[in-house]
Amino acid sequence: MEKIIVEVMLKPEILDPQGRAILGIFNRSGHAAIENVRQGKRFEISINQPITDELLDEIEELAATVLSNPVIETYAIYTDEGETA
Amino acid sequence: MTTRVGIITFPGTLDDRDAATAVALGGAQAVPLWHKDTNLNGVDAVILPGGFSYGDYLRAGALASMSPIMQQVIKAADQGMPVLGICNGFQMLCETGLLPGALTRNKDLHFICRPELITITNNKTAWTNFFQPGAELLIPVKNGEGCYQVSPESLPEIEAKGLVVARYNNNPNGSMNDIAAITNEAGNVVGIMPHPEHAVDGLVGAGVDGLGFFWSIAGVTV
Repeated sequence: MEKIIVEVMLKPEILDPQGRAILGIFNRSGHAAIENVRQGKRFEISINQPITDELLDEIEELAATVLSNPVIETYAIYTDEGETA
Repeated sequence: MTTRVGIITFPGTLDDRDAATAVALGGAQAVPLWHKDTNLNGVDAVILPGGFSYGDYLRAGALASMSPIMQQVIKAADQGMPVLGICNGFQMLCETGLLPGALTRNKDLHFICRPELITITNNKTAWTNFFQPGAELLIPVKNGEGCYQVSPESLPEIEAKGLVVARYNNNPNGSMNDIAAITNEAGNVVGIMPHPEHAVDGLVGAGVDGLGFFWSIAGVTV
């Protein structure tokens, strides 16, 4: 089964209170080298056909309109061969 | 004729009954609608009540914004029908693109549930025409993701066009420019994070300051 990965992150200018809370835990437990943490989402989409450009376009459309909110988030799409979009 | 206000129930909606009570107290008729309905049953206005539609999966309001009835709401709103989104309903309106911006986790990550003072800054909308500009209202806030954010480029535009409908007197959640409620350019669609439907009966709420929203819509001639 082929897999396509979509990662969604809050835009850098959007406040990420969850990431900040995790950073606070890291710093309080002595991990002084860690400067920042941002939390995102990862979607694993299983495909029942070989991955084609057309299919990637279809997934990109879904990543842009459903899986992410363009007001606050960015997305990246990966296949097994590496980043594609 | 009595204004008929549709109140949409999604799986996970909490405040549809309070919204129906508030609509009736305001002098209009509440009409229950279901998320799978494919028509609006001829209502004059729609309220998207608060709650956790579809469990807030993916993003708050995201899945509800893609439900069958919301496609009808978007069509009707584009033609000028008044729509009020309260809390989770506000999140849906942002997800559909009917209102600008998005609602994210509260600044301090706490779920906040308490009455807050807000000030009306736009009384030209279908839902706030009863109020005087500058009116101060005590309205319960009840959210975990109420931090209103827009891109730095669109914030000045929203302000210049007067789309901010109400601001918090003491910003509880980190919303940009203290924004508690906004409208679209036509003034028929309003999203508000505090709950006016929880402030309509002095016996069980923080007062009756929320009634003005429902008087506003009951007075709209259609």
